[in-house]
Amino acid sequence: MNKREETFLLEPERYEFRAVPMRQFALERRDFLKIFGAGLAVFAVARDVSAMQETAPGPHGFHNEELPKEIGAWLHIGEDGTVTGFAGKAEIGQNVRTSLAQTIADELGVAFASVRMVLGDTALTPFDAGTFGSRTTATITPQLRKVAAAARDLLVAKAAKQWNVAAEKLVAGDGKVTDPATGKSLRYAELAREDIGAQKPPAEDPIKPASQWTVAGKPVPKVDAREFVTGGHRYTTDLRPEGMLYAKILRPPSFGATLSSYDESAAKAMKDVVLVRDGDFVGAVAPTVAAAEAALGALRVRWKEVPQISDGEIYSYLKKNAQPSKEPRFRQAKGSVEDGLAAAAHKLDASYTVAYIAHAPLEPRAAVAQWTDGKLTVWMGTQRPFAVRDDLADIFHVPEKNVRVIVPDTGSAYGGKHTSDAGLEAARLAKAAGGRPVKLVWTREEEFTWAYFRPAGVIDVKGGIAADGKLTAWEFHNYHAGMSGIDTPYAVANQVTEYHQVPLVLRSGSYRGLAATANHFARETHMDSLAHAAGMDALEFRLKNLSDPRMRAVLEAGAKAFGWPRQKSGEGQGFGVAAGNEKGSYVATFAEIFVDRKKNSVTVKKLVEVFECGAIVNPDGLRNQVIGAMIQGLGGALFESIQFEKGRISNAHFSSYRVPRFKDVPEIEAILLDRKDIPSAGAGETPIMAIAPAIGNAFHDATKVRLTKLPLHPELHLLG
Amino acid sequence: MATSLDLEINGKKYSVAYPPDTPLLYVLRDELGLTGTKYGCGEGMCGACTVLIAGTARRSCQIPVSAAVSKPITTIEGLERDGALHPVQQAFLDAGAFQCAYCTSGMIMSGVSLLQANPRPSAEQIVQSLQGNICRCGTHPRILEAVQRAAETMAGRSK
Repeated sequence: MNKREETFLLEPERYEFRAVPMRQFALERRDFLKIFGAGLAVFAVARDVSAMQETAPGPHGFHNEELPKEIGAWLHIGEDGTVTGFAGKAEIGQNVRTSLAQTIADELGVAFASVRMVLGDTALTPFDAGTFGSRTTATITPQLRKVAAAARDLLVAKAAKQWNVAAEKLVAGDGKVTDPATGKSLRYAELAREDIGAQKPPAEDPIKPASQWTVAGKPVPKVDAREFVTGGHRYTTDLRPEGMLYAKILRPPSFGATLSSYDESAAKAMKDVVLVRDGDFVGAVAPTVAAAEAALGALRVRWKEVPQISDGEIYSYLKKNAQPSKEPRFRQAKGSVEDGLAAAAHKLDASYTVAYIAHAPLEPRAAVAQWTDGKLTVWMGTQRPFAVRDDLADIFHVPEKNVRVIVPDTGSAYGGKHTSDAGLEAARLAKAAGGRPVKLVWTREEEFTWAYFRPAGVIDVKGGIAADGKLTAWEFHNYHAGMSGIDTPYAVANQVTEYHQVPLVLRSGSYRGLAATANHFARETHMDSLAHAAGMDALEFRLKNLSDPRMRAVLEAGAKAFGWPRQKSGEGQGFGVAAGNEKGSYVATFAEIFVDRKKNSVTVKKLVEVFECGAIVNPDGLRNQVIGAMIQGLGGALFESIQFEKGRISNAHFSSYRVPRFKDVPEIEAILLDRKDIPSAGAGETPIMAIAPAIGNAFHDATKVRLTKLPLHPELHLLG
Repeated sequence: MATSLDLEINGKKYSVAYPPDTPLLYVLRDELGLTGTKYGCGEGMCGACTVLIAGTARRSCQIPVSAAVSKPITTIEGLERDGALHPVQQAFLDAGAFQCAYCTSGMIMSGVSLLQANPRPSAEQIVQSLQGNICRCGTHPRILEAVQRAAETMAGRSK
């Protein structure tokens, strides 16, 4: 079976995948009857998506399509020699528009400049489950290679037939097939016809090994970079189709609040305003944002609020409300932790906590929706265009084929743009706008409040080591944060790891790296404490307990670059290390910090990170992404946390929710290990996950104070 | 109430009818279609909406349109000259100083403003001038490098 066709299990902390869409509309009954006839009721249900397949039909209720097998669905060669690749992925700043084009150019044998990619359009591109889980490079890159290789071989076969020579004698490259014996050549564009598009790639894998790549494996600048430095690129928020109207939504004062009274008489009198009330959903559409806001301001409404958990009690709530494990995979055990602890020379227990954090993509959630003759088109910055299409089709009771979702290259997402919210809201309002397109752009406050968060969590860890520093026991309980990166890469015979589900408090879900950051923070901090308990060097202790050569390689390369073990050159200096592997890639992070007790300040001076994700497709794009993850990781490590009280977010602004800025950025060195012998893995997530423990461990090195909470807020621990 | 207001943007004159307290950002984007200037927070905290007003970087989400009347306004769309990018734009392109690039317009406008006022900024001065601009993708080192490169190019040209 092709690797791409294997089922992959969806991590439990992707809570948003299982949730009922945020909006359920009653709509008008006559719309409903038109489609289904009388007497039939349809209710949206939470989908069981715990096991997702990218190709075969999925479990009941989850829409999965068979991926097209024909070359023509993935690749088109135009008469002018332009090659177009098609993929259902979204470009969200991770640079796949470039890396996928590199892949096609490389395998097909054409100039990079002649390839363009059509991405994330449910009408034009093959089905795709979504741009998440670092899967584009791991699954779509080989798929496009396979298709391009098959197309290339068919073109060669056609030329061979035409010239009546053996195909093996011919050379494909530079957009043409050449016969070296005669010097004759035929351009792909001359050879390519529909008959090639209808063919299917052979089952065996004929793709080039990374050692033979010519276009891939090299640094290539972002394809349409000029559009971005001139302001020419149109993000969803920038779209202005003819006749477009602007929408605003009336948000409840707190989570779970419902409308108890509604009076629109004053607002209704306003010119050019369309008001929509559908259950607890209220929105306005007008020729300007200001007019839509004014209409909402003129409504007289009352809300009924419900009690909510606040941030001060969240960690005790998570521990108290843990549910028995629902799935066998939530708990993994081997040996006897009790025996392992009994045999240990040193034992350590600790509890770690991780706060909710927000993705805060700079382009907030937005959508433009238009209904034309019962058909719906939605432009939206989403990581899951096909899932959004399915939600729209379900909720508005229209056949899927009448819904088209188009993803303009988007102003980032980081796992935060998986849900259909803005699209559903814009489409509901557009339904009342008489066929005119309607644009909805969430405000920053809405983005911080009504999106979903990386879940908070509590992690309890017990560890035991023998006198020689070998781990004898490991017990790891994660409450709510999630399962990614929960398994220890260190060799230990006696261990239990368990993820404990807790009912959601705040709307939660995927975030770059998922729970791998939380689990690595707890594990790598605890490993540091154990090393100290044994009186061993933190790196030496890790290597002693590691057998995975790829993990050892990133640690050793990092130690060399950082100069570990380093001698302190002055008061306040601290060094720390952390490492891990996840989603097929490996990371080791080394941190140097400086603690100034007089100024009560803690500065991250330097970060060295080694990353290895198999064969590198685009070293320039990868470096950008790895450094980006390191800097983004500083926020969650040091100061980001969502505060909430009585169902309200208390810091829903950039003035109160601090994100990394220029002054926070230390000296950074990113070292990329290129393993041409290992298939390429995705790289969007793993480089974030060892930042926090490396810094926390460096703080301990400088102060002997152990930090166990994310964000670390290290300066708060200098007092007293 | 809507008032007729005369604006000068990228060397062109515009007359718009808008309530005078409307933020300049909305007039640029929604009325004039100059969407290179981005909405990021509406509170002057992220810098995505940065434009030049009389040569100085300002957050257009915080400037009432009436306060921009009769002052030369430059947006990202106005930096190119006869098809040639401004040195700051070119430096961003050369350094690959973007990922999702949603912050890029604001970063470039802040960089242009800095280099007009201070053609030879120190590394600390560049950091200081960009401190109000958020990049969520973490492209900061390349952005600093781009502004530094642009300073060198511009210094070379004025020799």
